[in-house]
Parts: sequence; C-alpha cells; structure tokens
Amino acid sequence: MKFTLSWLKDHLETDASVGQIVEAMTMAGLEVEDVHDPVTTLAPFTVAKIVSAEQHPNADRLRVCQVDTVDGIKEIVCGAPNARAGLTTIYAPIGAYVPGLGVTLVEKPVRGVVSNGMLCSASELEAAEESDGIMELPDSFAVGTPAATALGMEAVIDFEVTPNRPDWLGVAGIARDLAAAGVGTLKDEAIQPVPGKFPCPIAIDVDGDACPVFAGRLIKGVKNGPSPQWLQDRLRAIGLRPINALVDVTNLITYDRARPLHVYDRALLVGDKIVARLGRGPGEATPGDQPSPAPHRDEQLIALDGKTYDLTPEMSVIADAGGERPIGLGGVMGGESTGCSEATTDVFVECAWFDPIRTAQTGRATGINSDAQYRFARTVDPQSLVPGLELATALILELCGGEPSEIVVAGQAPAPPTAFAFDPAYVKALAGLDIPAARSIEILEALGFKVEGTAPNLSVTPPTWRRDVEGKADLVEEVARIAGYGALPSTPLPEVPRAVGGVLTARQSRARAARRFLAASGYAEAVTWSFTSRATARLFGGGAEALVLANPIAAELDCMRPSILPNLVEAAARNARRGFADAALFEIGPIFDGDQPQDQRMVIAALLAPHAPRDWAKGGSEDLFTLKGDLLALLEELGAPVANLQTAQGSASPWYHPGRSARLQLGPKAVLAEFGELHPAVLKAMDASSPMLAFEIFVEAIPEPKKKSVKTRSALDLSAFMPLSRDFAFLVDAAKPASDLVKAVAGADKALIAGVRVFDVYQGAGVPEGQKSLAVEVTVQPREKTLADAEIEALSARILVAAEKVGAKLRA
Amino acid sequence: MTDLTTLQADLTAQIAAASDAAGVEAIRVAALGKSGSVSALLKTLGAMSPDERKEKGPAINQLRDTVSAAIAERKAALEGAELDARLARESLDLSLPARPRRKGSVHPTMQTMDEMVAVFAEMGFAVAEGPDIEDDYHNFTALNFPPKHPAREMHDTFFFNEGPDGERKLLRTHTSPVQVRAMRKGNTVAPAPWIAAGQEPPIRIVVPGRTYRLDSDATHTPMFHQIEGLVIDKGIHMGHLKWTLETFIARFFETDAVTTRFRPHHFPFTEPSAEMDVGCDRSGGELKIGTGSDWLEILGCGMVHPNVLRHSGIDPDVYSGFAFGMGVDRLGMLKYGIPDLRDMFSSDTRWLAHYGFSAFQAPNPVSGLS
Repeated sequence: MKFTLSWLKDHLETDASVGQIVEAMTMAGLEVEDVHDPVTTLAPFTVAKIVSAEQHPNADRLRVCQVDTVDGIKEIVCGAPNARAGLTTIYAPIGAYVPGLGVTLVEKPVRGVVSNGMLCSASELEAAEESDGIMELPDSFAVGTPAATALGMEAVIDFEVTPNRPDWLGVAGIARDLAAAGVGTLKDEAIQPVPGKFPCPIAIDVDGDACPVFAGRLIKGVKNGPSPQWLQDRLRAIGLRPINALVDVTNLITYDRARPLHVYDRALLVGDKIVARLGRGPGEATPGDQPSPAPHRDEQLIALDGKTYDLTPEMSVIADAGGERPIGLGGVMGGESTGCSEATTDVFVECAWFDPIRTAQTGRATGINSDAQYRFARTVDPQSLVPGLELATALILELCGGEPSEIVVAGQAPAPPTAFAFDPAYVKALAGLDIPAARSIEILEALGFKVEGTAPNLSVTPPTWRRDVEGKADLVEEVARIAGYGALPSTPLPEVPRAVGGVLTARQSRARAARRFLAASGYAEAVTWSFTSRATARLFGGGAEALVLANPIAAELDCMRPSILPNLVEAAARNARRGFADAALFEIGPIFDGDQPQDQRMVIAALLAPHAPRDWAKGGSEDLFTLKGDLLALLEELGAPVANLQTAQGSASPWYHPGRSARLQLGPKAVLAEFGELHPAVLKAMDASSPMLAFEIFVEAIPEPKKKSVKTRSALDLSAFMPLSRDFAFLVDAAKPASDLVKAVAGADKALIAGVRVFDVYQGAGVPEGQKSLAVEVTVQPREKTLADAEIEALSARILVAAEKVGAKLRA
Repeated sequence: MTDLTTLQADLTAQIAAASDAAGVEAIRVAALGKSGSVSALLKTLGAMSPDERKEKGPAINQLRDTVSAAIAERKAALEGAELDARLARESLDLSLPARPRRKGSVHPTMQTMDEMVAVFAEMGFAVAEGPDIEDDYHNFTALNFPPKHPAREMHDTFFFNEGPDGERKLLRTHTSPVQVRAMRKGNTVAPAPWIAAGQEPPIRIVVPGRTYRLDSDATHTPMFHQIEGLVIDKGIHMGHLKWTLETFIARFFETDAVTTRFRPHHFPFTEPSAEMDVGCDRSGGELKIGTGSDWLEILGCGMVHPNVLRHSGIDPDVYSGFAFGMGVDRLGMLKYGIPDLRDMFSSDTRWLAHYGFSAFQAPNPVSGLS
C-alpha cells in the first residue's frame, strides 16, 4: 500500500521528515518497501522563464534560448518545439541527475553551441509517463521555485502490512500508531453525521451467514462527473485510476480509513430491496426429493471488471429483484449491471461487513484481489459502518450535491472485543523492558485501548479495529514496539549443563562424518529436491498415490523421491550435456517410503559417472571395486560391523544391474547398503548414458554404537612372531561367489589365519569351461611359537579340506 | 725386494686398468686367491726362520694390504659408476601429469548448517529433527494459525491429496512443527527414534532441516533449508532472545563488527514478534555485512505465543520462551558471497567445485568455523 506525505498530514500534525516517518513506521512494525521522494530527487530542478528563443545556427530543429534561471541568465540549447520566449518551464543546471533520462548533465557543445543546462519535460522529471515538449507552467510561478512544489509532487511511501493489522490499510490507522510513537499529534477525526432528509426507499435484507451487518442510504439528485483535481491527484499518487466522483469517494475512504464501500446506480436497481445471501450455483446442497429451481443451478455475475464469475454457496452475493438477480460479490467486487456512471443521479451507498474467511475464500475461488477483498479478508472494523457511511455522504454531498435519505442498517455487527486483566509488570517479565506502568497505560491509550483500574489490576479493552489483540502477551508487544525494540536489553542465557559427549545423536554424527569422508574421498556434495517426477519415482520403486503432490511446482517435480539416486543420475546427465561427463556426486538426505513420519529415512547416496581423463600411466582404472572400496571404508567409519556383512549378490533393488549389484546386510531384514552398476534400461529411460555406479547407505539400519561408560580401548595384542603367507590357487564353479571360498578358508583355523585375500581371478586356457581359478593369499599369524614345517603343512591340509567343502579344488 | 716392488706396481696397474667388476675380481683371484701371486708370497713366510721372517714379513704383508685396498677402492668406484649409469637410464619425466584424483567438496548449505549447529551447540542447544511430510496440526493449528486464516495463505503450502482418512498431508513450510513435537506433553514416544519426542522444560534445541514453499523465482526455490531455535524455561524474556541472536550472528559471521536491529513484525506463533536485521552496505552493487548504514533482514523471531504453549500442555503463566527461524541457504549465500539461490540446487559440478568446502573445513572451536 502507498500513501503520500500530505495525506498522512491530514491525520497527523507533524514536522517530521520523510526519513523520520519511514524510520518510525519501520520501528512500529510497518515494513517500508520503497520511498519515492521527488522533493529530494528533484532538488536541483527549479522554475525558469525563457527570455528569448533563437534558431540554432547549425540545426533546423534546435533553438538557442536565453533563460532567466535561479543561476542568472543562461544560454541553453533546446530541441523542444514549444521552447519559446515567455514560457515558464523547469530548468536543470549542469551537474543535475535527470531521473527520467538516467543521466547527469555535463557541459558540452550541441552542434557548436554550448548549452549551460537543460529545459525539462514532464517525463524527464518522472512527473508523467510520457510528454510532448518541455513543461509549460503557469506564469505565476517565480523563477527559482523548486520543481516539486511547482509540479505538486510529494513523497510517496510504499509499505507492506502484516495480516494482523488491517487497520494499517488506511492512512488514519498509520497516523494513530505514528502519533503513539511520538512522531506527531493525531488530529481530531470526529465524523459529523449527515441527517437524512427522508426515509430510505430501499430495504435491506441480510442472511447473517452471507453478510452479518449491512448499512446503506440513498442520495438523490447527485451530479456525478470527474472528481476535483485534488482527489484525482491523491488517487493517482498512490497508483489508483480516478473514475468518477462517486467511485473515487469510495476508493478514497478505502485507503483513508480501511473502510471499503460500494455505490449502486439506483436507476439500474430492480425493485426496492437489496438482499445479501449466499450464492446458489453448483455445490449447494439440494434435498434429494426436491430439485432446486433450475435457474439457480448456474448462478453467475458479470462483475465490474467485465469478467463472469460462478457464484457458489460459499460466496456472499448481493442481489436485487427480490433477491433473484446477483448485482455484486459481497466484499469483493460489484456487478457491472448497477455500476455508477456520469449519468447516475440517484446513488445507493453500501457500507457493510463481510466475514474475513468467506471473503478470503471468495478471493481465492475467483482470483479477485480487489482493495475491498484485501481489507475484508483481513477483517474490517465492524463498528465502522455508520461512521464510514456518514463520511462518504459528506464527501458525496460536497462533490456531487444531492439529498441523503436516512440510514438503514440490517443485521448485527460481531460483538466488540471484551476486557481482560493485565498486569503491566508482565512487560518486564516477557520483554525484559523496564517501563513504568503509567507509560504502558499511556501507550495503550494512545493506540485506542480502553484501560481501567490501577496497576497491577488493570482491565484492558482493545479497540474495535484491533481484533488481533487477545491477551496480555499482545499488550506487551504493543507497549514494547511503541517504546521501541531498540531499548530491549541483551541478557545472557542462563548457563545449562552441557551434554556429556556432545549434543548430536549417532544418526546426526554419522551424517556429518559421512559428509566429510566422502568429500575427502573425491565426491562432491549435491543438494537436490526432495521431489522428482512420478514416472521417475516409479523407476526407483516409488510413485505411490500418497506421495504425489496435489499442487506441484512443476509437472516433473510432482512426487516425493523414493531414492536419492534418480536426482543424482539427472544431475550427472545434466552435467554431461554441458560437456562435463565425469562426475562423482553424493547427497545425504531424506527418502520417503510413505507419508507417515516413520516412513522417512536418511540415506547417504553416492554416484560415480566414471569419465575421468585418460591416464598416460594406464593405472588403476575406476570400476565398481573402487566404489566398493569407498563404500566399505565409509561403513567402517560410521561404525558398521563391516567384518560381519554379507554380500548378497543379485538381491539389490531392480534399478541396479542384476549381475553387477549387491546388498550389504547383516541379515535379510538388516540391509545396510546397496551398491552396483545402475541398470542400463533405467539410465536410458532417464536419458542418461551408461555406465553409472552408485551406492546407497540406509543410515538408520546401521546398528547404534554400544554406549560405553568409559572410553578405554581393549588392550592391543601384538604377536612377537613373524607372520607368514602362503598362496593357493583353487578351481571353483564360475558362478560361485569368491566370498564363499574366502570365508571357508578363513574358517579353517581361526586362531592362526589372520587374513585371506583374493589376489587373482582367472578364466581361460588351462581352466576347465564353466570354472574359474581364484588365487588367494593366506596370512598366518603364529601366536605361541614359530611354526614348524609340519605344522604349516597340517594347516595347509586343513585349508584344502575347508575349501573342498565349498566345492573348491586346489589347482594342479 | 725388487720382486715385491715390481709385483705391487704390476698389480696396481692391472687394478687401475680393470674396466668392470669382473675384471677386478679376476685380479683379486690372481693375486689374493688360493693360488694367487700375493698368497704364494705369504705362504713362504711359514718356511722362514724367525729372523728372516722378521726381516721380510712386514714387506709382504704391506704388499697384501696395499693390493687389497686398491682392489676394494677400484671395486667401489666401478660400482658407483654402474649405479650412476643405471639411475641415468631410469630417469622419469616428472612433468607428466599425476594420477587423476577427484577433488571432493562439501555443499555450502551443509557447511553453513554445520557451522550454525556448532555455534548453537556451544551455547547449550541440542539438535532436534522432524519429518518433512507433516500434518496440518503440527504445521499450522498447534502453531496458532487459526483454520482458514489468511496467514496460512502466505505460506504457499505444498499439499498431498486427501488420504482415505480424509486427512490432507503437507510438506512442512517451516521447521517450526518440530517445536510442537519437542514441547508437546504426552508425545513421549516419537514415531521414529530420530524424530523429536516431547520433553519437559527447560528446553533448548535447534532444528535444522528442509522446508518447502510453492514459490520459484530469483530469490525463492520450492525447497530450502531453515534452522529453528527454541528455548523454554522459567523467566525467559526478549532480552535473552536478543543476546542469543546477537551472539550467534557475531560468531557465525566471525566478526564483532556486525550490528543488529530488532523490528516489530507478526508471526502467528510468537508474541511479541520481531525480525532481526544486520547492518550492511549495498553501495557499489555489492552487499557487505558488518559495515555501512543499510539494513538487511535475516531472520524472524519472538516470544513463543501463549496459545502455542497451551496447545503443547505448557502453562504460559509458569514458563516462557523464545523461538527463531532463519534461512540457512540465504545466510550461507550472504556469508560466502554466493550470488544466486537457484544455483545451490543445480548440482553443476563446476559450481560445486568453486563454492564447495574442503572436507577438512569442519567447523570446530579450535580452528574456527570456516
């Protein structure tokens, strides 16, 4: 919303500058968005008179003018056709910044003649959108008069109002808070009633649901037409378009008092009664055995904006013709059929109160966000009906003449706020501010609150326009913001015992550790949306109805993600399309199995799109086992029992390559991670190129670390004897997982065998079809004494027996 | 004697002339081997009379020592030359590129989040979490948003379709629902171990997490991150709130120079409510924090509304508290000069490499936040 300085000064006696007013508004809780102050921006510009205008010697369209300015007689070159001797216009000196052109004037010759300044048009001064020639001002303005004064331009303040303060949607309401904050004195605003000359010939009938209270009066014999200049200027200054005096009066009061009104042309009303009722369009409950009258089924209104709206039972409708013809959407917008024009002679003025929730819903349903709708949706003062109507009457009589009827009121205004107890000591308790009780009372009274009794037993009644105030905490805010938040003390929080071992849970610590680990391992952390497309979600086992958004931001972001991988795949594919195919990404975040709180899980996901630059040394190409190494090292870092993990080959989720993926689990129901190459069909469906390798760690599945009361570690047991290693090559079935053999060999003598590692896998010449050769290195760690040859041979024999049990034969 | 002198001169010349280790070894065998020329002389000592031995012995031993030393010296010289030759052959071009190694990074939002949690943890705050998919009760009703109130509209909420139970779930529009979970009496068993359960006052928590609003333009993304703070205790007032946030801002921006300002504002779940601005300088088209005469809004806060306390079963006449919430992405952008919010979620590898953080920049009280 906007207002001008002079408008504010209609309500507030003040000498404060625009800057002081803006500061006071800000500190009272009004967010100032923009200040347009022509008095400042046009400060260098002044009135001047052209003494003579001669043809430029070198240019047909230019004139060389001698101009009487605040700086004396200046020679100025001007291209405007209306530059002529005797004209009073606006002069800009060298060095002035011309806002409409966005340039600062410099002294330079124009076709050989030096111009010592500039004569300005309205658009160059931002006083008009466009203009033809330089300003033409009345001769009465003296040379040197500031341009802003001559043009009647003044500061416009644009601000935002929080939804709790509908009273700030009128300039008078802002003046009240500024006066309370000490910026000036509130002017006497008593509205004089205008006595009616005859009974109102129009009756009002309200349905309390549609419109709790409705006041109106007829004014006969008005002469409508353009508003006077002051009113037009005032409306234009805040961005409104003047229409005609009757309509302009309603707009003025809307912005002046946060009190919307509506005017009907009596001649266009059908019948002698105006009805406020609910809409009758589809949606209305119809008793099954009694079909409602056909004409009501699709009730519509052509509103003042020329658009047609369906009227539903949720909407408040104003109707004439015995309540049958809709002529307005109550509190939102009037109808085209009964609008006031310059031909209007008898005007019916409506001043009603509409329910905020109903008005807000109607605004949403129709998409109308009118000045009236905006205010009613935020609650208009229910006690402002008759005063608003009287003020409108007085203005209409002043501008258009006419004879008013008596006022008719139908319905009942909502009950005014009731008194509640308040101890001013609560200001200190809740805000920490030392404010004497008398000062608190003074502030509340200045804001319109009624304060009775003596401290600490005050009884406070909020004003009718402050329906947001419900209790004592609200009063503390009123006192604190007017006293000034700048006075708030800075009080250290009481010391509390710090949690032993830090504040993070194991899950939170694991997320942090994983982040640092993966970043150190060469993966870049990404943060991607929690949603994806439903089609993509389905590729990753998701897409359930319960996880589809009813109002997504975009069609391709309509479903909660069942996995982080689709987002990382898309990210890698996007990077590849930009020419950066190599990617190692990770993300730590939520996935969603369902819409219940416990269906959200935290996942650490990493993706490798291996397109590293070719290496001259041909060393260590990246593959799934690079990723597996990162995964296992990370799991170990997170405290997972890595030694006990089973590698369940081929049982990973279907978005993985079936032959190149596995689960890491403690059992079928304790899956800690999945990893592998992503399924080429899934990548193809996502327009991503193969291969991509990925893992997902399900953080909650990692067993919680055991809580130990002491931090001591188990004693280090180092053998005094040299370890020795023996190599074996076994033939096994080609499909046999190597881990089976490793496990079997390790189990041959758990005391002596410290490690078993596969160091070669071979298929081909020398190995029977359908089999593979696995070469393993067995590390033997003697514990008690150095092993004799016979003991080593006995161990080897046990290893062969153990291997045999899983179908492995020593390769000859 | 001439024999000895001649033999020594002869052997020394041969040793000096030997061109490789094998040649030196052949000379050694010929001179000092079992039947070598010097060995033969040594053997004659045994048959000599003591006087004769006394006379000739030193010269023969001297000859043996001299020849042995010459051989060892020559051998070492030849080996050194051979090693030099081999090393020369083995030289590598070290201007060739190193084995490729990716540079990983931590996302700036997550770095910022870790920093914020570190600062608050030092002030005695624990970290609480809650689900992203919430219900109307936790996101709105319990936070004193009356049903159908216009304040709800301002939250541009993402909704799910109505479920079979007639309930319409939503994506939380702020992290404040976790306040409700943490304060709510009777909420003793959370739906999952990681979700905040109700606790008795005193409460001192921060809540970092993802939040969602139906909004997308240069300064808004449909998903963003917030960190929420909540303190509930006896005797808590706005002065504590002010100190907490002033202290946080100074530590977060790692400067004592930053100025702050509290302005009245409106939030349904706090009363009184405020927004906090930090002093900044916008001249020259660049935003600088901690200098200048302009203000930049960075967070919303206030005293927990009595209705919110009552909803959670806490008596507002006994306890009071404050809450605050701020945008993590936005504060990270301000601190680290990141120009565009949308880029935060673009996963452009070049952007991540440029604006990301090293794994070793984990905020800690010893080396500072960043």
